[in-house]
Amino acid sequence: MSDTHAQTVAFVRDTMLPAAAPPIRESGAVRWLRENLFSGPVNSILTVLGLLILWFLVATFWDWFAHSVWNASSLTECREIISATWGPDARGACFAVIRERWNQYLFGFYPQHLYWRPTMTFGLLMVALAPVLFSASLTIRRVVLAITTLVTLWAMVVLGAPAGWLVFAAIVLATGLILSERNIAWMLPFSIVYPLLGVWFLWGGTLWGPIFVLVGPALGWVAWRLLSRLSPLLATVAAIVVTLIFWLVLAGDAARDAEGLLSLSIESVRSDRFGGFLLSLTIGVAGIALSLPLGIVLALARQSDMFLIKSLSVVFIEFIRGVPLITLLFVASLLLNYFLPPGTTFDIILRVIIMVTLFAAAYMAEVIRGGLAALPKGQYEAADALGLDYWKAQRLIVLPQALKISIPGIVSTFIGMFKDTTLVTFVGLYDPLKSMSDAVRANVEWKGIYWEPFIFVGGIFFLICFGMSRYSMYLERRLQRDHR
Amino acid sequence: MKKSVFLGTVTAATLLAGMGMAQEGSTLAQVKERDELNCGVNTGLVGFAAPDASGNWTGFDIAYCRALAAAVLGDPNKIKFVPTTGQTRFTALSSGEVDVLARNSTWTYSRDTDLKLDFVGVNYYDGQGFMVNRDLGVTSAKELDGATICIQTGTTTELNLADYFRANNMAYTPVNIDSNAEGEQQYMAGACDAYTTDASGLAATRAAFADPENHIILPEIISKEPLGPAVRHGDSNWGDIARWTLNALVAAEEYGVTSRNIEELVRSSENPEVQRLLGTTDELGAMIGLDAEWARRAILANGNYGEIFAANIGEQTPIGLARGLNAQWTQGGLLYAPPFR
Repeated sequence: MSDTHAQTVAFVRDTMLPAAAPPIRESGAVRWLRENLFSGPVNSILTVLGLLILWFLVATFWDWFAHSVWNASSLTECREIISATWGPDARGACFAVIRERWNQYLFGFYPQHLYWRPTMTFGLLMVALAPVLFSASLTIRRVVLAITTLVTLWAMVVLGAPAGWLVFAAIVLATGLILSERNIAWMLPFSIVYPLLGVWFLWGGTLWGPIFVLVGPALGWVAWRLLSRLSPLLATVAAIVVTLIFWLVLAGDAARDAEGLLSLSIESVRSDRFGGFLLSLTIGVAGIALSLPLGIVLALARQSDMFLIKSLSVVFIEFIRGVPLITLLFVASLLLNYFLPPGTTFDIILRVIIMVTLFAAAYMAEVIRGGLAALPKGQYEAADALGLDYWKAQRLIVLPQALKISIPGIVSTFIGMFKDTTLVTFVGLYDPLKSMSDAVRANVEWKGIYWEPFIFVGGIFFLICFGMSRYSMYLERRLQRDHR
Repeated sequence: MKKSVFLGTVTAATLLAGMGMAQEGSTLAQVKERDELNCGVNTGLVGFAAPDASGNWTGFDIAYCRALAAAVLGDPNKIKFVPTTGQTRFTALSSGEVDVLARNSTWTYSRDTDLKLDFVGVNYYDGQGFMVNRDLGVTSAKELDGATICIQTGTTTELNLADYFRANNMAYTPVNIDSNAEGEQQYMAGACDAYTTDASGLAATRAAFADPENHIILPEIISKEPLGPAVRHGDSNWGDIARWTLNALVAAEEYGVTSRNIEELVRSSENPEVQRLLGTTDELGAMIGLDAEWARRAILANGNYGEIFAANIGEQTPIGLARGLNAQWTQGGLLYAPPFR
């Protein structure tokens, strides 16, 4: 019976077919195109539309970019070069303005022989940030610090830094590199004194100023130690009062006297010399560094059970969030002058930093409050169950989780704030986007130039903001603790 | 009711602050003690105020500031230029942030009275004009009925434009712009038929075009824009110094005193007016709290009015402004310095 069908089956295959290539529409680029760009009628239409727009943009602007002129001393010369090279009707970009004025877009009116100082300051900023930003990964730290060291030293040499300062920067950078290989926590003291050092590098003057600013909290700490046995509250109040009194009354004179005894001065640079990206970065970095802690405190205060603290925080946050930043800047630049005693010089950049910080802190507080609210109540109760006091519970249990949740929001606030630094144009400071471009255009040679500065400044802003955004994504990945 | 109480409080606080300032003492003393003149200037306006690649300020208004610094402090470089925007300029002056404002500001009634400023004179007689493309075929502003016009918001030009069109019973569509650079872009892109701003600005703008010959500035000047330096109310002596420094520059041109021949004239001039101006006879300087050579230094800083004009905005520069109204009264212009006596 087994061969019943032997006559009806003509052929029985006894080997496997060799694997055939998949159909063309299911493999390679075609498949990718089909799945990603032409997966249905709607998507196909959108793809074609997108391609058309892209083609339109390139077709419209390509010749403008292709005819870029980088070597000219005025817009007229640019136009002559373009018409001589590409014909009388050709148009082209005149990036020569950037080549000619890049220093003002980067440094504003900072004295040219001191350009190395801001450069060094921002190079050392990376060293100060490394233990905070890249504490987990040795590889990233190594790459970041190595690149920073090379770029900073190279730039300082090019900008003509004195040998002594080159050695200083090299030592700090090398120490940073070595410490980052060993134990990154040892770099934290540098991160703590960096803000004062940075201020000194940028504005110059006497080093005794920053030193005596540091002495204030030190004295406060002594007061706290002496009184903390009696009453913790009294000790805290005394510490704050001692610090403030020292700063307001004694620090200035002490710095002057010390300067008389032993001069530790470098050439001072006034705030009105700041401009361009130096100004944006100074305000941005200071604002970011100050607004995060202030925002955390405000968020915690708003969650607090204590009525006074809670109301103050709510009023502050809602007031600041309800007022446009430009209004605050106008207050800082104009209104304050009416109320301060005449002759008081309260540095305009400092005023702007304070206002920008307050503004960002209010937003930050709400972002972090969102993180706090997202935590399950069980986490708070667990902290209580462990017997932790309020601060320990916040520090060890609540904030690490809440901040992790808030990272995208926090970084968004940072990016928004950094871009908002261009608003200082309204109070007569030279932001890179508008004021500096207007100042450049006010010269006869460059009058009539329009898009090129916007493209250049926008490009740099994009790099910095994109960098922050990528860092926040890295941080999110690194801190991911759940298993999805 | 609540609002008025609040406003009253604010006014009172402002007044108190203002009185505090007035009592603070003379601006001259403050400037001398500071050893630096704070001069409010434009953040950037072609020919009038502009920082160059190394941050040095030059321009027509800047030259006045330098002359004033030279007269008061003896050095045209003892000066801090405070860039001010259209919004911040008058507040910067009245709050004491700057000692003098030389920022191509139009002298108007309300600014002089209500804003408590003192305009010390006119250093440039400007007026609002129109620029159109030659292809439009318009030769007079009267033919602009129904045109779209690019206009900078928040300036006197905006109000002048409305007045002019209403007076001539014409209609227009405004295209609001924020800055001169933006106005140029809009105009070049064809977003408006005509661009209007001060005639000096139009000339500078047209000079920067790739095809200046295709654009014409219409002959009508529709407003008076006397631009001049201003000081705060309440310190007349400082106002005198600012006013007579400007007058000294104008008078120097009238009497032919230039930065080149001034040393010679100090020794040899027979003209009693020149002698008084340069401080070789009489003690005019002492009357305003300065030394005898104050005007000499002011003129030496950048030359007389004519030299300043020629170097910054005159016909030899790319901006190429004719003297026009800004010629001496002897040449058919409006510049007329009162006698130094």
